[in-house]
Amino acid sequence: MSKARVSPLRSGFVHLALAGYTAIALFPVLLTILNSFKDRNAIFRTPLTPPTASNFSLIGYETVLSQGDFVGYFQNSLIVTVVSIFFVLLFGAMAAFALSEYRFKGNTMMGLYLAIGIMIPIRLGTVAILQGMVAAGLVNTLTALILVYTAQGLPLAIFILSEFMRTVSDDLKNAGRIDGLSEYAIFFRLVLPLVKPAMATVAVFTMIPIWNDLWFPLILAPGEATKTVTLGSQVFIGQFVTNWNAVLAALSLAIFPVLVLYVIFSRQLIRGITAGAVK
Amino acid sequence: MGSLNLKSIRKAFGTHEVLKGIDLEVKDGEFVIFVGPSGCGKSTLLRVIAGLEDATSGSVQIDGKEVITTPPAKRGIAMVFQSYALYPHLTVKDNMGLGLKQMGAPRAEIDAKVGKASTMLSLDPYLARRPAELSGGQRQRVAIGRAIVREPKLFLFDEPLSNLDAALRVNTRLEIARLHRSLKATMIYVTHDQVEAMTLADKIVVLNAGQIEQIGSPMELYNKPANVFVAGFIGSPQMNFIEAGRLGDSQAKTIGIRPEHITLSRNGGDWKGKVIHVEHLGADTILYLETEDTGLLTVRLFGEHRYDVDDVVYATPDKALMHRFGADDRVQR
Repeated sequence: MSKARVSPLRSGFVHLALAGYTAIALFPVLLTILNSFKDRNAIFRTPLTPPTASNFSLIGYETVLSQGDFVGYFQNSLIVTVVSIFFVLLFGAMAAFALSEYRFKGNTMMGLYLAIGIMIPIRLGTVAILQGMVAAGLVNTLTALILVYTAQGLPLAIFILSEFMRTVSDDLKNAGRIDGLSEYAIFFRLVLPLVKPAMATVAVFTMIPIWNDLWFPLILAPGEATKTVTLGSQVFIGQFVTNWNAVLAALSLAIFPVLVLYVIFSRQLIRGITAGAVK
Repeated sequence: MGSLNLKSIRKAFGTHEVLKGIDLEVKDGEFVIFVGPSGCGKSTLLRVIAGLEDATSGSVQIDGKEVITTPPAKRGIAMVFQSYALYPHLTVKDNMGLGLKQMGAPRAEIDAKVGKASTMLSLDPYLARRPAELSGGQRQRVAIGRAIVREPKLFLFDEPLSNLDAALRVNTRLEIARLHRSLKATMIYVTHDQVEAMTLADKIVVLNAGQIEQIGSPMELYNKPANVFVAGFIGSPQMNFIEAGRLGDSQAKTIGIRPEHITLSRNGGDWKGKVIHVEHLGADTILYLETEDTGLLTVRLFGEHRYDVDDVVYATPDKALMHRFGADDRVQR
């Protein structure tokens, strides 16, 4: 049997298309970073050129670091994102395990109910959420954000993870039961390691909207002590004057933590240890 | 060491009844094989015995003790799965020792038992490896070792050889037979392969559509099948079934005759027919005939024979070895 060969022309087109897509996706990011190192004049006159010696300026970064507590904002964003991801993964995986593993009355209904959240945006309930948070005294706390984001991330997490958990061999779980592992041990020690790639996928999907969200920080936690990065950079955008240096610098800085998290999860994406579990 | 008693076990998934009242007694040290076509409920029955499925009704007794509410780990059983089901993140040694560790056995005892089992299965060089680094046959040996280490009252095998290739299957089959002899443990084994059943079992339980068709030793099932299903299921090539009316027998509905109980001659005999196809297997020659009296007939001759397609031959059944089945498909004696 001869190996399927791809003509160089064809693979060239494929690469061209992929390269084009990459360029389009990266262009705004690149533009943001490049312009964050220029002075105000250059941002408007030559927005597409890299900073030169004459127009290089760190004024944006200086403004960001001197005005407001940006380290604090970063910290808030990081805490909210990481803790939310943790809870989404933990509760999402647990619910998915229950839905895929146990036969009980209303299993399908419960699965559907939990999946509805994918279709209905949580922002529709903003007013009720705000009222609830006020009543619970959680306004202007990070807890409020974490609660909302956990709820926001769960539907998709449960949906994806329960599909993956169905693929974990029943024999393996049963072997664990015969060896005397508790259901928790089976979940944490047998099933979770096998669905790690799916967990990483869910983590990435959950992380980006949380990190970028402006809506809920603005409504639930606008106080100085609980501002997130996206909310914090809004101070530079005024109704009449916008400090573009500062906005671009703040956004450039905001990319990095999320990039680091992504790298951590994407390594998990490719590190499958399922080989040899069954068959 | 371990006897098993099943009384009117029923299992339904929703309205679909998979097991329709199973009664079975397995004596201490017996090797019992559940055999049947796929979907007959044999694996479900094994899972009920293991406690991995709850029976809808009925009772399971191991060593005379009711275990229907006992969790699998406390039933004193060990199970070997078709897919091996080894823990991918543990070494061979830890895979085999996990059950004892969960029971809280001391380290030295675990090491001793794992060592003994690994020597028995010649797994000593692989103890530090992970399942991913083993071949299929080695993985299945580890799975068997994991069962031995627990020193169970009851070994349960769920189609343990189905994922192995033909040569390895014969070897592992031999190994399981030797294991049964040296451990003298009670073993229950599920398979759809009648060769495995015939070669390993003390007692075969033939299941069909959630019911037991017949229980008996391999030779009992071969020589005295209780009904058409068992007669057709045990033995390869399959028994010939002939409409009794065509042979002038008005009392029976079906006449069964095994391919190996028919003799062939070119000169004369009971049924005249034409050869449609010949299979030369070396030790056997299998002929397919189209005869006027019986329709399609399979004949198995021992040794090599020269017959060609379209040859005219005469087949003569051994009358003493014919099986007569009544209108209810049960044997008439």
